[in-house]
Amino acid sequence: MNYADLFRVTLPETALEVAALLVLVVDLGFLRKAALKLRVTVAALLGVTGCGAALWALQAQCVHGPSFDYTLGLLLATGGLTAVAQIGILVLTALTLLLLIDSVFTRHVGEFVAVVLMAATGGLIIAGARDLLVIFVGLELLSLGLYIMTAFAKTSGKSAEAALKYYLFGGMSAAFLLFGFSYIYGLTGSTNLPDIQDAIFNQGPSPLLYVAWILVVAGLGFKVAAVPFHLWAPDTYEGAPAPAAAFIASVSKVASFALLLTVGRLLTVYGLFRWTYNMSTSDLVAQLHRYDAVGVRLEGMLFAVAAASMIAGNLTALAQTSVRRLLAYSAIAHAGYIILGVSTGQHLTGMPGEMESLLSSWRYLIASQNAVLYYILTYGLTTIGAFGVVDVVQRATGSDKLDAFLGLHKRNPVLAAVLLVLFLSLAGIPPLVGFWAKFNLFAAVLGVSAGPVPFTLVALAVAFSAVSLYYYLQVLKRAYVMPAVDETPIQAHPVTMAVLVAIAAAVVVLGCFPALLQNWIQSFYPVL
Amino acid sequence: MLAFTIYLSFAGALVLALLPATKPALSRWFALAVAAAGLTLGVQGFIAGMGQGRTVIVDLPWVPSMGIHFLLAADGISRVLVLLTGLAAVAGILFSWNIELRTNEFFAFFLALIGGVYGVFLSFDLFLLFVFYEIAIVPKYFLIAIWGSTRREYAAMKLALYSFVGSAMVLIGLLAAYATSGTHSTGLIALAAAGHSGALPVSFQMWCFPLVFTGFAILAGMWPFHTWAPTGHVAAPTAASMLLAGVVMKLGAYGCLRVGIALFPRGLDPWGFSLLGIGSWRDVFAVLAVIGIVYGALVALAQSDFKFVIGYSSVSHMGFVLLGLMTLNQIGVTGAVLQMFSHGIIAGLLFAIVGRIVYDRTHTRQLAELETMHLAKRLPFAAWAFVVAGMASMGLPGFSGFVAELQVLVGAWIANPWWAAAAGVGIIVGVAYTWRALQKAFFADALPTPDQHPRTGWPAFAAITWPEVTGTALLAGVSVAVGLYPKILLDTIEPAVKALLAGGAQ
Repeated sequence: MNYADLFRVTLPETALEVAALLVLVVDLGFLRKAALKLRVTVAALLGVTGCGAALWALQAQCVHGPSFDYTLGLLLATGGLTAVAQIGILVLTALTLLLLIDSVFTRHVGEFVAVVLMAATGGLIIAGARDLLVIFVGLELLSLGLYIMTAFAKTSGKSAEAALKYYLFGGMSAAFLLFGFSYIYGLTGSTNLPDIQDAIFNQGPSPLLYVAWILVVAGLGFKVAAVPFHLWAPDTYEGAPAPAAAFIASVSKVASFALLLTVGRLLTVYGLFRWTYNMSTSDLVAQLHRYDAVGVRLEGMLFAVAAASMIAGNLTALAQTSVRRLLAYSAIAHAGYIILGVSTGQHLTGMPGEMESLLSSWRYLIASQNAVLYYILTYGLTTIGAFGVVDVVQRATGSDKLDAFLGLHKRNPVLAAVLLVLFLSLAGIPPLVGFWAKFNLFAAVLGVSAGPVPFTLVALAVAFSAVSLYYYLQVLKRAYVMPAVDETPIQAHPVTMAVLVAIAAAVVVLGCFPALLQNWIQSFYPVL
Repeated sequence: MLAFTIYLSFAGALVLALLPATKPALSRWFALAVAAAGLTLGVQGFIAGMGQGRTVIVDLPWVPSMGIHFLLAADGISRVLVLLTGLAAVAGILFSWNIELRTNEFFAFFLALIGGVYGVFLSFDLFLLFVFYEIAIVPKYFLIAIWGSTRREYAAMKLALYSFVGSAMVLIGLLAAYATSGTHSTGLIALAAAGHSGALPVSFQMWCFPLVFTGFAILAGMWPFHTWAPTGHVAAPTAASMLLAGVVMKLGAYGCLRVGIALFPRGLDPWGFSLLGIGSWRDVFAVLAVIGIVYGALVALAQSDFKFVIGYSSVSHMGFVLLGLMTLNQIGVTGAVLQMFSHGIIAGLLFAIVGRIVYDRTHTRQLAELETMHLAKRLPFAAWAFVVAGMASMGLPGFSGFVAELQVLVGAWIANPWWAAAAGVGIIVGVAYTWRALQKAFFADALPTPDQHPRTGWPAFAAITWPEVTGTALLAGVSVAVGLYPKILLDTIEPAVKALLAGGAQ
């Protein structure tokens, strides 16, 4: 490893950190006496510029065409899954910052924006990390930022309560994760994922490895709010300041799922397999088979987590009266769908020698990974918009209860239309992008692993999507159907409205042309 | 050109959503213009398509990674149903001329629903069809929940959830079929060929067919999943009931035919054993259809609410469609398609009379109260329109219902005489409930109670308006025209049905 390489690979992270420091300097150094509005705008715009710079840096990394998990000293990866997730993180962070303009929950805007940017840096790191220690450092950077952001509304008791709950749960789960990592290190003698893979390949699976894996899933299950590690989510979503909640619900989710994809396939043929451009097809097939023979089958556990999340999330959401809590439980349900996508495709179908069937099953594996990425990106986008709308309504009415949305179509027709689009997308109604996210994911799951269990789970997921329509319609019913109690118009900052409308438009356009995003994700992978 | 029915409807919906809410007249005329343009295109497509087989209208790759195409095409069945949709749309708008509440939004949802319906009938790609099918769910919900009457929020939610559960079943089945067939094509024709040639294993078809068929049949009002239909129809505003009964239930039946039967033909094969005389899924669904026919008719006979009579009669008539589909022979399936068209027209007319012409003047739908109102004298137009519509609904010769139900019965007799015999009972009860409703609502002339008959005469009802006359004439005229000269539709339907039953090869 030389420093030029290190610099090149960590350029996006560096850009974000520099932007964070710059925000602090400008806000604390030059704008101490300025009006709050100006300070928020300047800080947010600086943050957005930082995200733009980081995006440019990522672009520069990928300029040599699609590179498949190029690793720097086997610590950080670029290209492929990593690049897609990182771009997603940066775009969603920028959107969160734009929605921050016009926020009044704190006077310490410089610090808030800096923390957001640093947390986003943590997200970038875990999306690319290929070493247990780097993963842990990135995860802590992200998590600590999230705890601070949650507690940022200092005058709100709910915010403090949410932050404390989040922090305690988070600390515990980090301990689990670290414990699991230590087992893996003990078993394999390395913290480096490729080395670990090789060691497992040589040793074969052992009971202790399963214990380690359970601990790791517990730690990561907390990050993605999967049942039974989800208890923090409703309180945090409800109590955190809106931009923080939006960040937790989107950016943190994208980063955590990217990590889950990396680690979740660590022990399987998918992660074991390292593809190189100059590999012949027969070598490829032989290697796939060698790895598949020792790949540890962990589908069962993830299946259980996925099913529990879908069921508990959707059913609990039915009973909610607070829209933020409703979004939290719906997030749990969505996490269940995504984990279903992550959990399948852990081994190949087809016999040795049947090259075509093996290759096609390999393509399905890529397709399933792409489907998960598609889902988390679009879900993150939609949920940021949803939080944006909830925030506007909450600020106007002082409440995030369902009844706060009464007569929204009269009070602000555009906002109501945005809400309609976003919630229908979350429910998975075509032609909105949420439908294609689910559709791709379920098709990929069935394509990768035929058999009664995956099929039952997909059937369960589709059935619970039908359940979810009920609670999304509960909100829309109040916005469109039930009579308004108070008909005074709700005003929102023009930038906020522009961002929300842009998000809704993106949800519609990406839904009408589903191939756009698919092709974009695919362009980060080599064609096989 | 037929594709523009879809684009125009959605574009119209978008424009209407942006029109100012303060100008209801503008919204009305605009919506009527869009619907009329759709009808014109439908008629033109129907005429141009006479004697032709399946023609592809648009074929663009849509989701290349899964082989999904934006594939719009039309065969005889599609053309007839597009024509029906156009008629129902124009009539629906004419009968909603008096909507004053949030007029532009009403017509926006209305046209969005119509656009989805056109899309379903013209899609020849499995997943494109499914997308349009689901697009139709949301506008229905809002049309009923916002502009409906009796227990509208309950009925709207019930309808939305029934539809969504049905489409979830369909989606599971379609995904499984896509994964199993391994053809990497989602074109209906290619998949139908796979179903016939055995690329889809018979054992797979055996469990996938009932799943998909039931999913679609929920929306077609198949007993015992019909309960959304009466509540939905009753709660819906007139135009929405007309669309629900007129075209939305047809979406379900169309899906049963185009997807269920065409893609999983072997799913209808005998199981190899029989239980109480039922030896295949075909028997199961035929029996459910017959139960629906008789049950719907009997329940309609017992209703005290005029609109519920029509709502249950829809369940009964849709039973004929499903029975016709299950005959699997040329005449029965042709009859089923014709029944879709015929019922769409007649049910639309009945709901228009009950919900718009009568209810908006009397403000009651209780037959017991209508009995005292002497409507035959006070609203002669409504009475005579209902006589015509009722005769058509009973299946009297000279109306479209007769030709359709006769064909279904003949087809059913060929398949299994017991089905035809049982369905015949439904026809007789059908005469009874229509007669009862007609008599009670219009010709009862029961003596009014003392406080209800001021000597000075009855309070005047608002005069019948031109949109009502036009709409009634349109629907009744079409029903009579098809009844007198069914060949005009049958010539288009028959070759398409033949091709479909033969496995889509054309």
